[in-house]
Amino acid sequence: MIKERRDKRILLAHGSGGKLSYELIEEVFAPYFENPILNQFNDQAILPIEGIDLAFSTDTYVVSPIFFPGGDIGKLAICGTVNDLAMGGAIPLYLSVGFILEEGFPVGDLKKILRSMAEAAKEAKVTIVTGDTKVVNKGSADGIFINTTGIGVRKKGIDIGGDKARVGDKVIVSGFIGDHGMAILLMREGLEFQGEVKSDCAPLNRLVSQMLDTSSNIHVLRDPTRGGVATVLNEIALRSLVGIRLEEEKIPVREEVRAACEILGLDPLYLANEGKLLAIVGKEDAEKILETIKNNPYGKNAEIIGEVVEDYPRKVFMKTRIGGTRLVDMLVGEQLPRIC
Amino acid sequence: MRYLDEFREERDIREILEKIRACITSPVKLMEVCGTHTMAIFRHGIVKLLPEKITLVSGPGCPVCVTPIKEIDKAIKLSREKGVIITTFGDLLRVPGSNSSLEKERARGAEVKVVYSTYEALKIARSNPRKKVVFLGVGFETTVPTVAAALLKAHADGIKNFFVLSFHKLVPPALETLLRQDGLNLSGLILPGHVSVIIGSRRYQSLADIYHVPGVVGGFEPRDILEAIYMLLKQIQNQEARIEIQYQRGVSLEGNKKAQRYISHVFEPFSSSWRGLGEIPLSGLKLREDFATFDGEKYFDLEVPEAGEPEGCCCGEVLRGIKSPNDCPLFGKRCSPENPVGACMVSHEGTCAAYYKYQGRMAL
Repeated sequence: MIKERRDKRILLAHGSGGKLSYELIEEVFAPYFENPILNQFNDQAILPIEGIDLAFSTDTYVVSPIFFPGGDIGKLAICGTVNDLAMGGAIPLYLSVGFILEEGFPVGDLKKILRSMAEAAKEAKVTIVTGDTKVVNKGSADGIFINTTGIGVRKKGIDIGGDKARVGDKVIVSGFIGDHGMAILLMREGLEFQGEVKSDCAPLNRLVSQMLDTSSNIHVLRDPTRGGVATVLNEIALRSLVGIRLEEEKIPVREEVRAACEILGLDPLYLANEGKLLAIVGKEDAEKILETIKNNPYGKNAEIIGEVVEDYPRKVFMKTRIGGTRLVDMLVGEQLPRIC
Repeated sequence: MRYLDEFREERDIREILEKIRACITSPVKLMEVCGTHTMAIFRHGIVKLLPEKITLVSGPGCPVCVTPIKEIDKAIKLSREKGVIITTFGDLLRVPGSNSSLEKERARGAEVKVVYSTYEALKIARSNPRKKVVFLGVGFETTVPTVAAALLKAHADGIKNFFVLSFHKLVPPALETLLRQDGLNLSGLILPGHVSVIIGSRRYQSLADIYHVPGVVGGFEPRDILEAIYMLLKQIQNQEARIEIQYQRGVSLEGNKKAQRYISHVFEPFSSSWRGLGEIPLSGLKLREDFATFDGEKYFDLEVPEAGEPEGCCCGEVLRGIKSPNDCPLFGKRCSPENPVGACMVSHEGTCAAYYKYQGRMAL
């Protein structure tokens, strides 16, 4: 073991979902735990057990503020893990929930959060089957942190993963990007136009099932949470050894979000989403899959935003609205900590 | 958001590009002074749309980038003091000082808060009466009026635990210094839009009169930038040197008088040090004597050793427009946004950050 320099510490940016998160996982975590399943670095593990493919995923939620327009930490904790399972092509079935509560946290708020967890679980058709609660001293946590772990099953023969994008494939996004990140940011900063933008937090497992019923030509599914669309597409380009070319004009961004981005100097490509998916699909089936997505209430504004190309392997680039071309890099630093 | 699209229509853009192509004969070198222009140029992929005879170089228009390391060291030193809350715009967080950064100090336990306005910093001071709250004033004429307004408010309300470290800088004196240096050979200047909203275009008159360099104050949308370039080319073609305003919807000859009064009420110009450009007379702003009780420089012991630039870092030359990030041996290797060596790689208005983010090491 190489002795670490004492001044090397965890920065908030290590949790941003961008480049530093990627490095933290690759360089610090992976060497201790590496195994063939973990090394796929998908949002869920697919475990072949006696004739079935079991999907397994965990996530921890620390969002601040805990109540925000369009949802709260509870809804997020259910949808997040449900979506992580769904992005592997699995049907989510059972969840565990773990709570870390700070001494003094209002029981009324806890009940409100639990109610929205129950509602989200009902919609996603998952059952919460086990749980755990810890209480820590005031100051040792910030109100409430939630962990959820989920299992689901995946039909045999489905082969979806971050390394499966192929040249010629189309890139689909299921709707307006950046809503969640912007809703949290506006609320946290107390900016005037807060409330006009709502988090898109939603369970996407039904949408994924419908897509899988439509076509077997789906190669990659990811939900662009922390780090946004830009970071997730970069991860896919890296793992699939392909280039991804986007068209700025095609990327759906809500007008309010676009305006707020201009004012705050942010790029919607890096804002978090909690109810959107990116699909990389064979071009023959792209229109058909897009149609299916658009027919789902959570996919009304879906668009084909780009394609997988041979040029610039491992890079994402974009034709800009005015006809120029530019690189779309991974998120660096913290655009905003604790968004989920 | 029709207002934005209006300036981003591909068809309009093509028209201006045609006009630009029609009036360019010999090579020209234009400087976009402002970091926001640099970012916009890259973000919209403008460079590749322009004829090859036009070279765009970036200027010293990123406030974080021109802040010398010594000032960063002062902020870092202050963040280590007990009972002090540092408030700052996010950009400054990751700028490397001599041997640390505010981001690293925060991870070690320093209270460093990112704010979006000086009023927010003032609010933190009000709700933490036992702490000393210091706002790091980094910025050009654009942001100074809001800092001045917050200080006037603090003064009126008798707030005792709010301080400002004024690293503010003024654009026109730096441009004069820049034009005096040899070897730059600029054909024209795209002058900063936001700064000019405050100070007015008249303040640049000497650039045209004394140094015979044409200047156009430009807005930040693709069409604005291309129009400003076209207006410069016209002047160059006619061998003129005037200061013009393309960004008519925001900028006037005289600027915002009220904002100017706020600035001069609270601040006074003094000799200030710029990264890359060195000491420039009357190019910085310090708090006037009436506001001395809010002056962090006076209240705290900020003695720090002299600090040199990191070895190999070309930030200075990049800020003077004589080197491009690609000429720097560290660019994209030892220096990247996740591990920045120089400030130009950190700020979202920094030239190196723009190159790296939107172009990387590939020729798109």
